[in-house]
Amino acid sequence: MQEENDDILEQITSSEYKYGFVTDIEADEAPKGLSEDIVRFISAKKNEPEWMLEYRLKAYRQWLTMEEPTWPNVQYPAINFQDVIYYSAPKQKVAPNSLDEIDPELRKTFEKLGISLDEQKRISGVAVDAVIDSVSVATTFKEELSKVGVIFCSMSEAIQEHPELIKKYLGSVVPATDNFFSALNAAVFSDGSFCYIPKGVRCPMELSTYFRINAANTGQFERTLIVAEEGSYVSYLEGCTAPMRDENQLHAAVVEIVAMEKAEVKYSTVQNWYPGDKEGKGGIYNFVTKRGICAGDHSKISWTQVETGSSVTWKYPSVILKGDHSIGEFYSVAVTNNFQQADTGTKMVHIGKNTRSRIVSKGISAGKSQNSYRGLVSVAKNASNSRNFSQCDSLLLGDKCGAHTFPYIEVKNNTAIVEHEATTSKIGEDQIFYCNQRGIDTETAVALIINGFAKEVMNQLPMEFAVEAQKLLAISLEGSVG
Amino acid sequence: MLKIENLQARIEEKEILKGINLEIKPGEIHAIMGPNGSGKSTLASVLAGREDYEVTGGSVDFLGKDLLEMSPEDRAKEGLFLAFQYPVEIPGVSTTNFIKTAVNEKRKYLGQEPLDAAQFLKTMKEKMKLVEIDQSLLSRSLNEGFSGGEKKRNEIFQMAMLEPKLAILDETDSGLDIDALRIVANGVNQLRSKDNAFLVVTHYQRLLDYIVPDFVHVLYKGRIVRSGTKELALELEEKGYDFIKAELEKETV
Repeated sequence: MQEENDDILEQITSSEYKYGFVTDIEADEAPKGLSEDIVRFISAKKNEPEWMLEYRLKAYRQWLTMEEPTWPNVQYPAINFQDVIYYSAPKQKVAPNSLDEIDPELRKTFEKLGISLDEQKRISGVAVDAVIDSVSVATTFKEELSKVGVIFCSMSEAIQEHPELIKKYLGSVVPATDNFFSALNAAVFSDGSFCYIPKGVRCPMELSTYFRINAANTGQFERTLIVAEEGSYVSYLEGCTAPMRDENQLHAAVVEIVAMEKAEVKYSTVQNWYPGDKEGKGGIYNFVTKRGICAGDHSKISWTQVETGSSVTWKYPSVILKGDHSIGEFYSVAVTNNFQQADTGTKMVHIGKNTRSRIVSKGISAGKSQNSYRGLVSVAKNASNSRNFSQCDSLLLGDKCGAHTFPYIEVKNNTAIVEHEATTSKIGEDQIFYCNQRGIDTETAVALIINGFAKEVMNQLPMEFAVEAQKLLAISLEGSVG
Repeated sequence: MLKIENLQARIEEKEILKGINLEIKPGEIHAIMGPNGSGKSTLASVLAGREDYEVTGGSVDFLGKDLLEMSPEDRAKEGLFLAFQYPVEIPGVSTTNFIKTAVNEKRKYLGQEPLDAAQFLKTMKEKMKLVEIDQSLLSRSLNEGFSGGEKKRNEIFQMAMLEPKLAILDETDSGLDIDALRIVANGVNQLRSKDNAFLVVTHYQRLLDYIVPDFVHVLYKGRIVRSGTKELALELEEKGYDFIKAELEKETV
């Protein structure tokens, strides 16, 4: 039986990455390696103002003095940062004015991903800022958004068009000096999205960015900044895919969110970067710093992530609860299969009074993968009546994978209530057989059970994402259980 | 409908079924009785295709097809249903969602269009009445936190939804109080038709007061040692399994 079980496991876990295709477009690349010259090259390519170059150079110099973190529960060969291409832009003759002018190859790429831009534009009412490699190639709905004063554009554009906002907020939540990878990002970030919601505005549509790593050996370093002014609301979606590459690709993004008084920001991610093949070869290194600050009273930031990709993930979307009565949420499903490694979780930093946070983490491990939850709940001295509830559940498929939980709690105020619950379970052969007996094949059964397990998190996703995320969960674990 | 010939099966090295012969025709209800450890549940599991058991001999014909060659899910889709003695829990998956998936998988297999939400709901409402099951129960995670009676009613509800040709009830009466037993039996009786058949596996005669079998078989040490009509069940109830054991020992002497 055990063998039988392993066989089924083998099958499901052995299915190949379905988004592996390379778009054949000429790229405008920087030479390999990192130096002040490369930083200058990137800045010049993007025609940036002097202050931006200075920001980058300062970050670069800082980065030189820093060391790569070794504390996560992941193992990978040392990255040669001089072997990475830090800038790669698809060549385009002129900037596109409308979707119709976009390179047909690029559009095909999106179609394969199931996000045809015109479809998106026409039907779903989602504004998409698509990032292929390093340059934002299409931005839709900008006009409609501008009517209500919402700014949604690429970071490069924001630097040109809204320097005062960028100067004020860039690096205000995640300073360049925050960590090794955030410093690297600050020095070489190529593009990303900027989103500004003015006071009292409820953003009329979901904002969405589709990231995709395309050219070989390019690191992708996006930079995202979301600022929600007093009483505003925005729901932001981020999706990622990367084609198959033999060598590991580095991805070190930074996302910053600022929520003012009574503002609410909901940030949802579906991440399926190429996880590497069955032998653990290739795949994306995903080292991301995501952090939001509830700067004003009664503000709220909610992170929802469905992580199915990357060979190594290091990511802790966090919330600094500075305003009184502010709320931070983190809902996560992390799936690892084959040789994937994920060390992910969150930090909830309670500073204001009556602040609340909620953490729901669902880890699913299959194959020979390792899946760790790492979370910090800290309550500062003055954060009276703070509350946190954390729930970390792990589901194991097979017996060669691992699930780990590292919850850290630091409480300096004795009126705080902090709760932590954790469970670990396995998909049982009894459950599978029960489904089989009802005419449901093993693969469908696994998808059903997994989605049941992850439901609490999936429910947080906006509708159009939830469907895709469910499919992704099934695809990621295809072939994987008994 | 079902023809079992000289079926033998074992789990690991232990022989459990030692040559079962049984034929079930459409419209019939057969009861399999026997003391603990006689192989009743094994027979049910082997027919459903549980992989823990290894079939070492014999054949099973189900509606003209070789049942033993089929995967468990194909057996189900061909019309074989097993009401589990211990139904499993699946957290986060509602019974409604679960049974909808099952019904549509079966329809797909049979080349039928999937039921849309309205059709499905309508069918579900009809079948819910049969087993007096509540909508709220079906919205909850499958079997999670259900009482024993609720789990068994849920099994019969699923059976009603899937409309099997042959339903095997594996000790469905175990752990049921008399009211739950009556509800379950009523459900079965209403689903009974000239086209389908039931194989009722039970330890006690009690259930057979409500689901009246056409044939009763006594399973002992992996073989059917007696077959008869419902009177056989009454005799067993009265005399206990020991009398069978005693008779058998006499015969072998």
